[in-house]
Amino acid sequence: MNRKIFRKAALAAALAAGVFAAQAPAYAWEPTKPVEFIVPAGTGGGADQMARFLQGVVAKHNLMKQPFVVVNKSGGAGAEGFLDVKNAKGEPHKVIITLSNLFTTPLATGVPFNWKDLTPVAMLALDEFVLWVNAEAPYKTAADYVNALKAGNAGQYKMAGTGSKQEDQIITVALEKTVGKKMTYVPFKGGGDVAVQLVGKHVDSTVNNPIEAIAHWRSGALRPLCVFDGKPMPYPTKVTATMSWQDIPTCKSAGLDVEYVMLRGIFMPAGVGQDVVDFYIDLFKKVRELPEWKKYTEDAAFNTTFMTGKDYVEWVTKAEATHRQLMQEAGFLAK
Amino acid sequence: MEDIGNLMQGFAVALTWKNLLFMLIGILLGVLIGVLPGLGGANGVAILLPLTFSMPPTSAIIMLSCIYWGALFGGAITSILFNIPGEPWSVATTFDGYPMAQQGRAGEAMTAAFTSSFIGAFVAVLVITFLAPLVAKFALKFGPAEYFAVQFLTFCSFIGMSREPPAKTIAAMMMGFALAAVGLDTVTGQLRMTFGHTELLQGFDFLIAVIGLFGLGEILLTMEEGLAFKGAKGRIDLNIVLETWKKLPRYWMTSLRGCLIGCWMGITPGGATPASFMSYGMARRMSKDRDSFGNGNIEGVIAPETAAHAAGTSALLPMLTLGIPGSPTAAVLLGGLLIWGLQPGPLLFVEKKEFVWGLIASMYLGNIVGLLIVLTTVPWWAAILRIPFSIIAPVIVVICAVGAYTVHHNMFDVVMMLVFGIVGYFFKKLRYPLAPLVLALVLGDMAETAFRQSMLLSGGTVGIFWSNGLVGSIMTLALVLLCWPLVSAGLDLWRKRLRAAESAADRTPEPAKAGKP
Repeated sequence: MNRKIFRKAALAAALAAGVFAAQAPAYAWEPTKPVEFIVPAGTGGGADQMARFLQGVVAKHNLMKQPFVVVNKSGGAGAEGFLDVKNAKGEPHKVIITLSNLFTTPLATGVPFNWKDLTPVAMLALDEFVLWVNAEAPYKTAADYVNALKAGNAGQYKMAGTGSKQEDQIITVALEKTVGKKMTYVPFKGGGDVAVQLVGKHVDSTVNNPIEAIAHWRSGALRPLCVFDGKPMPYPTKVTATMSWQDIPTCKSAGLDVEYVMLRGIFMPAGVGQDVVDFYIDLFKKVRELPEWKKYTEDAAFNTTFMTGKDYVEWVTKAEATHRQLMQEAGFLAK
Repeated sequence: MEDIGNLMQGFAVALTWKNLLFMLIGILLGVLIGVLPGLGGANGVAILLPLTFSMPPTSAIIMLSCIYWGALFGGAITSILFNIPGEPWSVATTFDGYPMAQQGRAGEAMTAAFTSSFIGAFVAVLVITFLAPLVAKFALKFGPAEYFAVQFLTFCSFIGMSREPPAKTIAAMMMGFALAAVGLDTVTGQLRMTFGHTELLQGFDFLIAVIGLFGLGEILLTMEEGLAFKGAKGRIDLNIVLETWKKLPRYWMTSLRGCLIGCWMGITPGGATPASFMSYGMARRMSKDRDSFGNGNIEGVIAPETAAHAAGTSALLPMLTLGIPGSPTAAVLLGGLLIWGLQPGPLLFVEKKEFVWGLIASMYLGNIVGLLIVLTTVPWWAAILRIPFSIIAPVIVVICAVGAYTVHHNMFDVVMMLVFGIVGYFFKKLRYPLAPLVLALVLGDMAETAFRQSMLLSGGTVGIFWSNGLVGSIMTLALVLLCWPLVSAGLDLWRKRLRAAESAADRTPEPAKAGKP
């Protein structure tokens, strides 16, 4: 008898819990149709991978009633994607993930858009840049390489990077200025291509993101010299037999005073309500709690700073000013 | 021998009933995706990728790669039936596949296409299985100069292939180059020829141009000529497959050449599209019956299909071992690998053996299953041509429009597709060849970028194209091919003179020498 009552109580509790659980995600706003996830870059790149990862985990853990649909709009160094979002004023079913081309594309090409045309949602992570050389090259430290650059002729050393007048070339120009010697910058379409060009010794160095070069580092083909950030990357797990991401010194400590990180942030069209923005912020907060996210960010050695609201706007404003200054100094601004 | 053991283990992984079911679903979905132009393998895989996150990685990649195979097979169907290439590498298939369909030989063309695809892919999988460690490193030798050399070789092997006057060929090719230059220039980061119109930012997408030029252009032409499909009287039964198979062994040389070109282009990684054009160009050059190319020569279907699939398949090798995608679809698959926590690269073969060999085993099985499925559907596809033109034509136009929209989710592309359709119609009316335009549009951008990267690396000297044995021999071969018509004309002239001299000398001409080598 007791048992029966207990069972009934348990059932009632379960039912109640079920009702509450169903009520729990009652947002002020929820998507009513599939949400377009714009990637202002081609398939297979860092931004595309992150968007597809988010699409996957959101579907897997049922974090949103409607699915994300990833759409690549890479035309004009991403201008196609940004313009699409700019022109979709008030559309709550559209988000975009950014690269540094949020700043560099309008500055370099003069295409009419600015991050102020969009609604900032959240910074998901910052992507690091590492100075890589071929493992067979004689340079063991960043200082070795800097000395070689200084001793060589202008343009003798070749740097491969992704795109033209974008993040990789901006870092290269900053590096040239610090060292006081010109390099030959050769632009390629994607980060994967860049890494392979270095493995094949067609160029002398790259500034690949960790995820773009990790496979070749682990196989012993590439050597990291330093990271272009204020502090070392916080991942102590061994990646190769002897080194972890944390073991890579900062470029500043090696006498190469260049710092650069790339925004992996989410924006939306202008004119959407705060309830809509809050929904997406909450969604990404949930994603950040998932073990998949932790593994993903560790593999890619991301700086996982999370920002929303005013902090985020301030960060973006500052980053835009930095880009404008760097690109002006490099002569990359559109006339 | 260790590889064989691994492969057998791979078969054990792939042959569970669950994975076989995924394979079947994948192939069917793939064929459907391939038939719809614009949707394409890359889009198809991208759309279905999230569905696979809850599966084990091996099953997921098996299903996705089967979608890829299915799309490769499916792309040939619309190329042959409606002159609409669903994928860039099916363009060369239309040159002879569509004329064959017009002659009522659609079934024959499709059987030849599917069988050649299968052979190409199968040979490439064999190469991957046994030579993976050897050839993986080869792709590393490819810098910008080598890439340019390969693209130059493609152009050179294709030149002189149209029967139209050279001036028209050059005009069409130049128009292709001009269209390819629109949009962002990778090397300088500047916009070119957009004239302040943001719609032109992304340049002219190859697929939109091709859907318009070939598909819509053809519909307009047919409408003018009297609302009926040519070749609707083609016989429709499964025997056509067997009959075509009887003929195919005769073209073993074309197949072999296609396989070699395809595997080489896939591994290096030059890509499936240049491979298909190069193979078609070579087949025509080497053929005794050169003029029948473009009028429904079955070799013109075998050559590009074999090469495209050999390249498409062997392109997975650089993807797995180096992490460089050989095609857009491979790029999406690559993203999938990362999401499942698999890191493409030299260590994948060591750390994730069961995954790699499961995938390779699924390539064998997927291709066999795919071939069987598509071959049984040949009569059904061919039967589409029996539907009255006035019913099917609007359907094709709608499919074209949907296809053009799907590429970038952009209405402007649909308008562009219509414009290209009209351009295609006038090209045909004025007897300008479309092939050089398309070739220049698809390869022009890549070739230009590679050339300028090489010039940056060399500081402006052309010597970089002969700086090592590899790039030097490709460039020399390309130049020989380019000048071949001149050389062979010179040889003919020389022979004639020699013969004239001989006959003048002893008045007994030798008939044996009359035959061309």
